[in-house]
Amino acid sequence: MAVIIETPNSPRTRKQANWEKYGWLFMRVSGPLLIVLIFTHLVANLVVGDGIKAIDFAFVAGKWADPFWQVWDFAMLWLAMIHGTNGMRTIVNDYVAKESLRKGLVTTLWAVGGLLVVLGSLVIFTFDPCPAGAAAELLPSFCPAS
Amino acid sequence: MEKQIAEVASFKVTLMIRRFDPEVDQEPKWVDYDVEMFGTDRVLDALHKVKWEIDGSLTFRRSCAHGVCGSDAMRINGRNRLACKTLIKDLDISQPIYIEPIKGLPVEKDLIVDMNPFYQAYKDINPFLMASDTPAKERLQSPEDRARYDDTTKCILCAACTTSCPVFWTDGQYFGPAAIVNAHRFIFDSRDEGAQVRLEILNDKEGVWRCRTTFNCTEACPRGIEVTKAIAEVKQAILRGRP
Repeated sequence: MAVIIETPNSPRTRKQANWEKYGWLFMRVSGPLLIVLIFTHLVANLVVGDGIKAIDFAFVAGKWADPFWQVWDFAMLWLAMIHGTNGMRTIVNDYVAKESLRKGLVTTLWAVGGLLVVLGSLVIFTFDPCPAGAAAELLPSFCPAS
Repeated sequence: MEKQIAEVASFKVTLMIRRFDPEVDQEPKWVDYDVEMFGTDRVLDALHKVKWEIDGSLTFRRSCAHGVCGSDAMRINGRNRLACKTLIKDLDISQPIYIEPIKGLPVEKDLIVDMNPFYQAYKDINPFLMASDTPAKERLQSPEDRARYDDTTKCILCAACTTSCPVFWTDGQYFGPAAIVNAHRFIFDSRDEGAQVRLEILNDKEGVWRCRTTFNCTEACPRGIEVTKAIAEVKQAILRGRP
């Protein structure tokens, strides 16, 4: 009795225009940029001056009073989030065979990534070192409540 | 007095062969064979010995048996190689030699896989010279222009590269290294006019952007083609919009 072994490979279908080229290019451009952005960020926050001990609400507020660091952190946030999410999308595309699950995971990834980017951007530009109703011992000394 | 010629040293090798008979087996299984081999023998000779002297039902492809036709690519000790180019003495013979069919293509019987998806990807990139003129004599090409794609002319379509690619293992729709190598061979040929067509084909979701540069293909190629480099050159040609 002849047994037919089903082929897992269906014929290739021609796809329409796609963003893969731009995705690939973005990863190559954002990668080196992120190395500079992240390591400068780490040195500025953790090494220079009092180092890690200096970090509190006041330190963050002081940094973001300067538009330079606002732009710096904004660029870092967006590039890192898109870079990371696109990397995860790539892994999902590589390893998830079931189309509905793949689509669901990729959609979830971009939804979570988008939400984090929006929240992060909001924090960078609207950071309040003295939030109303916070416990006094958590607030920096210059806040009116403490 | 007759001169004694020293006997060529022989040694015993255990082959572990991944066997599958679609008419009997549900799943492939490992079967071991002990064979007496010589230092000059190749894995293909060991397979012949099994087939001719121990078990005639062992099934594998081979045609020229000299590393040119590309029929006997298989996974030997976890690496894709041509059985006819792999000397047994170069493997660790204190352990059994594991021989499996190449991965990512459907196994038909024993070491034979269905090569059609592989050939389809090859066909899809238009592996022929595309030229509009009808020259009266041969098309001339400078040695520099010829050298541009020399590496990728060496492909023998054995599928060792494509079936060593982890992206191809999980996504059979990916064109795979071999198809891209053969596209490279024409994209960078100064006599060819179809570069744009091929670059457009490989700018597909399943085209060159699928490549993760793991270099498995370069390592697997029995012809020593720098496959990953060729793929990178095609990526750059797509970004430039021309070869």
